Amino acid sequence: MRLVLAGVTAEIEGTAIVSDADLVAEPGAFVGLIGPNGSGKSTLLRTVYRSLRPSAGAVTLDGDDLWRMRARDAARRRAVVTQHGDLSGEFSAAEVVAMGRAPHKGVLERENAADRAIVAESLERVAMGGAADRLFSTLSGGERQRVLLARALAQRAPLLVLDEPTNHLDVRARLGLLDLIRSLGLTVLAALHDLDHAAAYCDHVVVLERGAVRAAGPPLEVLTPEFVAEVFGVRAHIGAHPITGRPHIAVASLG
Amino acid sequence: MAEARAGRGPHLVSGRATGLLLAVLAAALVLVSVAAVSIGSVNLPVGAVWRVVGAHLTGSASPDPLRDQVIWDLRAPRVLVAALAGAGLSVAGVAFQALVRNPLADPYILGVSSGASLGAVLVVSSGATAFGGLGVTGAAFTTALLTVVAVYVLAQRGGRLLDSRLVLAGVAIGYLCTAATSYVQLQVNPTELHGLMFWLMGSVAGATWPDLGLPAAVIAVCAAFLLPQGRNLNALMAGEDAAAGLGTSVRTLRIALLVVGSLLTATAVSVVGGIGFVGLMVPHATRFAVGADHRRVLPVATLLGAVFLVAVDIAARTADRPNELPIGIFTTGLGVPFFLWLLRRRASAGSEG
Repeated sequence: MRLVLAGVTAEIEGTAIVSDADLVAEPGAFVGLIGPNGSGKSTLLRTVYRSLRPSAGAVTLDGDDLWRMRARDAARRRAVVTQHGDLSGEFSAAEVVAMGRAPHKGVLERENAADRAIVAESLERVAMGGAADRLFSTLSGGERQRVLLARALAQRAPLLVLDEPTNHLDVRARLGLLDLIRSLGLTVLAALHDLDHAAAYCDHVVVLERGAVRAAGPPLEVLTPEFVAEVFGVRAHIGAHPITGRPHIAVASLG
Repeated sequence: MAEARAGRGPHLVSGRATGLLLAVLAAALVLVSVAAVSIGSVNLPVGAVWRVVGAHLTGSASPDPLRDQVIWDLRAPRVLVAALAGAGLSVAGVAFQALVRNPLADPYILGVSSGASLGAVLVVSSGATAFGGLGVTGAAFTTALLTVVAVYVLAQRGGRLLDSRLVLAGVAIGYLCTAATSYVQLQVNPTELHGLMFWLMGSVAGATWPDLGLPAAVIAVCAAFLLPQGRNLNALMAGEDAAAGLGTSVRTLRIALLVVGSLLTATAVSVVGGIGFVGLMVPHATRFAVGADHRRVLPVATLLGAVFLVAVDIAARTADRPNELPIGIFTTGLGVPFFLWLLRRRASAGSEG
């Protein structure tokens, strides 16, 4: 699934939060959307969730305009894990994951054995297979995040969009989640706040600054020490991770 | 707690047991209705109730004309009105709670009932002869819709709905409508005023067979619309962005919920007046039993609401015999402590917003 944002402008209450943004996610690529707080990452992602219509530009999936599809057709092709994964009401983990089957079901159609198998398998993939009957509200932050990822997996969409998926997770859960997302083989667009995660996991990064795309490309080409200092206001050292050997960015405050 | 529950599903009632629960509630509705018809200023034997109802349903001649009149013409319609209003207000509660993604929402707390009352009273005082007509319901619907839109807009900040603002905006707008209603009351003559007051406090007294048609039709249409939306209503519980990601047309669904909730409230109010907190208590009790999945909540809350209001009507008629008390006093008397308990529990759970 090839995702293209072409000249996207997104406004909230008449103020342009993102202007004329271009972004391409090639099939199977892990694309990181990075930028300082308030740079417009979440707002830009909302145009891909279909919860904020771009006031200019287009969002396309394999050439089809995302905003001209029926809502359920869009949800079969792109799944979403939002930043605020709160859920009102007492749903079990399995019920939450079963919501991901909605775009595949007719209005009065019940979930069948195939759907239940997909729900169980999705929970297994995020290592939450034993928690199917636990109430979502009783899970820890990391467990909830994994259940919400399982819900997105149950949509069986080739494109996965995530907004700071590692927020509120402890260090082990963070790396586990990113390894998992990386291993799925899906096209991934993820807003990330940690430059080191972006360098280690992304094939391609897009840097937003004050609502505009500043740079895009492979992480090591984009995230030079000079660029990081200018956009993020920190000193950066780029090298190989001493344990994994992957690209590694160490940061320190300027001055 | 989670471990203890793991063996038998996440909720008190899940899976196939939901069908059994619905059957039990349907049977309970029949039994409580028959009891409600037999109880009154003169208690009638349950057997007589069955015989009269049976005779009317089969079209055969009634065995006892006097009892027939009391049972079929006086009591049966009021019991059915109570059942319809209970079902309608409960479904309205579910719709509003999904709309604002907050279990504290209720037609009464959001001020929608007061708004509907204002519209109804305006039409009645300006010359319409009886409650329950299309004109009264239409006016009640218009003011109910205006109220809910005002509360919805006032409760937002930066595109998010806030718990505290929602309750305060609802109470404030509700007061405004109540004040306007009081002003209208001053304009009517004293004989009309008594009836108006009784109705405003919520009453199913004096209901007749023709009063039943409109609420039955509205509830049927609204339920027929909402039931297939179960998955979309569930998605809405995950928030606007996540719901859009799951393939729900959030904007369209919200507008539909606004209209459906207002329509149900207006219909209930125009027939039975200001009966509060049914839409809060019944959906909450339902979720306690079957969890939050709307595909189970909607049918269970519909039946439970009907059973609940018929039972409360029995209490309203028997608590101070031979006087009859407005049913709304009882639902509010039960509902306010329940609401405060819910508010306290939510605050301690830290689930504000």
